[in-house]
Amino acid sequence: MRARVKLPASAKRGELVTVRTLASHPMHTGYGRDMHGALVPRHIIAEFSCRYRGREAFRTRLGPGVAANPFLEFRLRAVGTGPVTFIWRTDRGEELIVERHLEVT
Amino acid sequence: MIAVLVLAAAPVSGYAYLSAETQALQDDEFANPGHLWVDRGAVVWQEAGCPACHATEDALHTSAYPRYDAVTGRLINLEGQINRCRERDGGQAWAWESEPLLAVTAFLANRDLGVAIEPAADPRAAPFLAAGRAFFEQRRGQLDLSCADCHDRHAGARLRGERVSQGQTNGYPAYRLLWGSLASTHRMFRWCNEAVRSEPYLFGSPEYVNLEYFLRHRGRGLTVETPAVRR
Repeated sequence: MRARVKLPASAKRGELVTVRTLASHPMHTGYGRDMHGALVPRHIIAEFSCRYRGREAFRTRLGPGVAANPFLEFRLRAVGTGPVTFIWRTDRGEELIVERHLEVT
Repeated sequence: MIAVLVLAAAPVSGYAYLSAETQALQDDEFANPGHLWVDRGAVVWQEAGCPACHATEDALHTSAYPRYDAVTGRLINLEGQINRCRERDGGQAWAWESEPLLAVTAFLANRDLGVAIEPAADPRAAPFLAAGRAFFEQRRGQLDLSCADCHDRHAGARLRGERVSQGQTNGYPAYRLLWGSLASTHRMFRWCNEAVRSEPYLFGSPEYVNLEYFLRHRGRGLTVETPAVRR
């Protein structure tokens, strides 16, 4: 699991900031088969959340109907300078954490 | 009929046959999932020690692959060249369609983004070009179709819900929505061969490398789009 995150480095106070994320994950539904015909067990990113200045700002659950390499876009209200943390968690408990910083002027 | 032949002669990228939404996805440098592999390729390139020989600014002219290879007396494509480098370095060749091979191939091809495809003029490659052309025109499988039947004679026409493209390779390795993954030209060839119910050739087989070479000639002048997004 790897991810790309796009978030401006700085924003004006009160501004709505667009955040875009793209995670690499095959999102196996549990019904697909590999090249040899064997069932591929279910393995998906089940949850995504974003924390901004220590508080949860966005959270969503993903199901097996979501396509491979999920792309998510949402907006944050720039209330102050601080860290922005992105967390992807799979149904097997694997976690990917990406840390960014937002400067608010 | 003449108009059809003239149309078939001018190469058109697979991009032109996509829906507006898929074109927008390819054009979006952030959202295009193929860039996950390009990003990864930049890391693997460093980790594998490639810059020791190939300085980052040194263009490898990946759009000139496949090319004639004097060592084997056959053609070699970009994937083959990458694996030869690895083996020469005492490393292990990466498997076809494995993440590192796709990633490095995409990373290198992406550095030539926008460059017009111009296969090297090499008389030693002529027999392989002819073999590639013959493969393209050979009817095969239970459906008894050649590549040319669909991709020359019916390019632009409807096939069920989709439009048949010319089968150009300027966007490869490309992100295929059907597979949710980046894919090489050879995976696409195999898929296409199976679609007409013929036995696919092996990844990296001389037949497919010749075909790849012929397709580069056929698509001369198209610009590199890697990582393209295809259905």
